Amino acid sequence: MTGAKAGASASVLTEKKEKTSLGAKLLNAPYLLWSAVFIVVPILMVVFYAFSETVGYYEISFTAGGREYVCELPAAEDLTLEGAKEQAAAQAGVSLADATFTHASLEYRSGGFTLANLKEVWSPASRRAMLLSFLYSLAATAISLVIAYPFAYALSRSGAKSQRIQMLLIMLPMWMNMLVRTYSWQQILENNGVINKALAFLGLGPATMLGTSGAVILGMVYNYLPYMILPIYTVMSKIDVSLLEAADDLGCNWLQKLWRLILPLSVPGIISGLIMVFVPSISTFYISQKMSNGMIKLVGDLIESKIKDQWAGGGLNVGAAMSLVLMVIILVCTFVMNRFSDDDGGGMVV
Amino acid sequence: MKKTLSLCLAALLLLPLVFALASCNKALVDVENLEGTYTRDLAGTTLNVYNWAEYISEGAEGTLYVTKAFEKLTGIEVNYSTYESNEVMYSKLKSDAVSYDVIIPSDYMIERLISEGMLLSFDPAAELSNYHYIDEQYKNLYFDAENKYSVPYNVGMVGLIYNTTMVKEAPDSWGALWDEAYKGKILMFNNSRDSFGIAQALVGVDLNSTDKADWDKAAAKLTEQKTLLQGYVMDEVFNKMEDGNAALAPYYAGDFLTMQEINPDLAFVYPKEGVNIFVDSMCIPANARNAEAAKLFINFMLEPEVALANAETICYASPNTGVTGNPEYSLADNEYLYPKDLSAIKTTYFRDLDPSTRKYYEDLWVTITTGN
Repeated sequence: MTGAKAGASASVLTEKKEKTSLGAKLLNAPYLLWSAVFIVVPILMVVFYAFSETVGYYEISFTAGGREYVCELPAAEDLTLEGAKEQAAAQAGVSLADATFTHASLEYRSGGFTLANLKEVWSPASRRAMLLSFLYSLAATAISLVIAYPFAYALSRSGAKSQRIQMLLIMLPMWMNMLVRTYSWQQILENNGVINKALAFLGLGPATMLGTSGAVILGMVYNYLPYMILPIYTVMSKIDVSLLEAADDLGCNWLQKLWRLILPLSVPGIISGLIMVFVPSISTFYISQKMSNGMIKLVGDLIESKIKDQWAGGGLNVGAAMSLVLMVIILVCTFVMNRFSDDDGGGMVV
Repeated sequence: MKKTLSLCLAALLLLPLVFALASCNKALVDVENLEGTYTRDLAGTTLNVYNWAEYISEGAEGTLYVTKAFEKLTGIEVNYSTYESNEVMYSKLKSDAVSYDVIIPSDYMIERLISEGMLLSFDPAAELSNYHYIDEQYKNLYFDAENKYSVPYNVGMVGLIYNTTMVKEAPDSWGALWDEAYKGKILMFNNSRDSFGIAQALVGVDLNSTDKADWDKAAAKLTEQKTLLQGYVMDEVFNKMEDGNAALAPYYAGDFLTMQEINPDLAFVYPKEGVNIFVDSMCIPANARNAEAAKLFINFMLEPEVALANAETICYASPNTGVTGNPEYSLADNEYLYPKDLSAIKTTYFRDLDPSTRKYYEDLWVTITTGN
C-alpha cells in the first residue's frame, strides 16, 4: 500500500464514519453488549477473586419466646455447628433449650483484600507448572510455524481447485470436537496402540510415546496447526504475483525473494498465527492431561484442580490468581509479538 | 469420499469408548407391578437429582431406564445431572446458584455435609416403606450413626487390578505398584485422597491421620513412585487395562468386573496392607425444594427391581437385601463384591479431615504430581 493511497482511503473512511456513526453504533451494540457481559465482567471477577479471600461463617436462625433471631458467626476451625448454635443463643441471651433452630449451616463468602493468593501462585510447584506451560507452548508454536509457513506458501500458489481441496483437508479434522481428536491420539500413541501394533508387525518397538513431553507438544501442534496455517495463507494469497515476477526480473534468487519480499509481506499473518497457537497452548489442560497420562501438570491443570475444589482452602481464589498471572503473561507475550508487526491490524487478532 | 473415510475412521476410534461405557451385565426388569402403588399427588413438580456419572441404570441394551420409569409412575419430572467427584458436588452445593433434591455423596462427604448443616434430617425407617431392604451392616455407619440423613446406595472397595500376562507372580501387596520390574506399566489414581490412601496403607499409617508427619511419610513414598509410573488416571484406566497398555492399577472392585468382561486376562486382589471401603448414600440437601418427591425417589431406588437394575449396571456391591437375595442377581456370588470372609480384608473408611489437614495434603499432592 503506498502512502498516498493509504491517506486517500483513510480520509474517505473518516467521512463515511461521520455519516453513519449512529448506524455504526447500533451495528456495534450487540457485540459491545456481548463483550461487556462475557468478557469484561468475567475478567473483573477473576481480578476480584484473585485479590480476595474466601471466609466461612455459620448462618443460624432460630426462634425463642415468639421472637425470631438471625445470626452470623465467623467459622473458626475449632467451632462446630453445635458450638455455633450455643454461641448464637448465648449472644441473644436465650437458653439453648428455649431456642428452636430453623436453620443452621456453614456458608462461604468473599472476604477482604489479600495478596496471599498471589503468594501461592509463586510456590515452587506452580512456578514449575508455569515454566513448563511456557516452554511447551513455545515449542508447539515454533513447530507449527515451521510446518505451516512453507505449506501456506505452497497452498497460496497452487491452483484454485487444489486450494479448495487442501483447505478442506485442513478444516476436516476441525469438524470433530477437540476432545474426541485428542482422545483418538491417545489410542494411536498407546503402548498397544495403532503405531506400536504396526511397529510390532515390522518386528520393531514397542516405543513409549504417550506420556512423554513429545506427545503433549504433538497434541498442541495437531490441534492448533490450522490456526497457524489460515492467517499465513490469507496474507500470502494477497501477495501480488506481479511483485514476485518483478523480483524474478530484477534477478533475485529464491532466498532473496523469500527474505526480502515474501517474509516481510507475510509478517502480519505470522504474528496472528503465533498468537493463535501460543495462547490456547499455554492455557490448555485437556491436551496435557490426556497426552501425558496425567504425568505432566501444566498451569491449566493446576487451575482446573483448584477451581474444582473451589471452597476448600480458597481454591477459587488461588485458581483466579493463577489465571490472572497467566493472562498477564499472555498479554506481555502478545504485546512483544505485536511489536514485530508494523501492520495496522490487517491480520491482527489481539 | 475422503469425508466418509475419515468419519468411518473416527467412528472406529470411538469404538473402545462405547465398550468402556457398556455395563458389565444387563438385567431385563420392568416395574409394571409398581403401577398404582406410588402417589401421583406430586405430579407436575420437578425433582433435581444430582448423581455420580454413570451411576444409575439408564436403559442401555433394553435395561430399565430408572428416571424415566419414576417419571411415568409418579408424574414428577426428573431433572438429572451428574458430577465426577465429591468435591465438585460439594462446590456446586455450596454455590447458591442451584438447588438439588437428591444427592449421592460418599461417606466422608456425608460426614462433612452433616457437620455443616447441609443435609435434611428425616426418618428413613418410618418414612420410606422400602428402607427395611437395607442390610443391617450398612445401617448406623460412622457418618450417620442414627440413620437420620442417608440411605445407602452402593458399597465399594479399592483393590489392585493386574494383567496376568504381564505380571508373573500374583501380587498380594500394594508394594507391587512400587516394583521396578513394571516401570512404565504402573497406573495410579489421579486423585489425592485415593493415592495417599494406598501409600498410607503401605507405610503403615492411619488413612485418616491428622499428623502432618504421617502425610509427609506417605508423600515421600508417592514421590518415589512417580518415576515408575505410566500415568495418573481416573476413567482412562478402563481403556488402559482393557487393551493391555498397563500392567497394574488400583481401582474399584466393581469397575474391575466391567474391565474383566472385555479383557479376561485381568485379575484382582485386595492387598494385605488394607484397602479403602466406601459407601455412597442417597441424601436430601437441607435446601431441597421438593423434599417429599425426593423421599419418593429414594424409596423408588430401594425397590428390589430398580435396585437390581442399578446393581447389574454399576456392578458395585449392593446394600439392598432385595438385590442380594434375588436369585436372578448375576453377581450375588461374586467373590470380589461379596467376599465370603470380609473380616480377612483390612478395610478403612475415609473420614472427613479438618480443613488444615486437607490443605496440607492437597499441597503435597500438587508438589508430587508437578515434580519430575
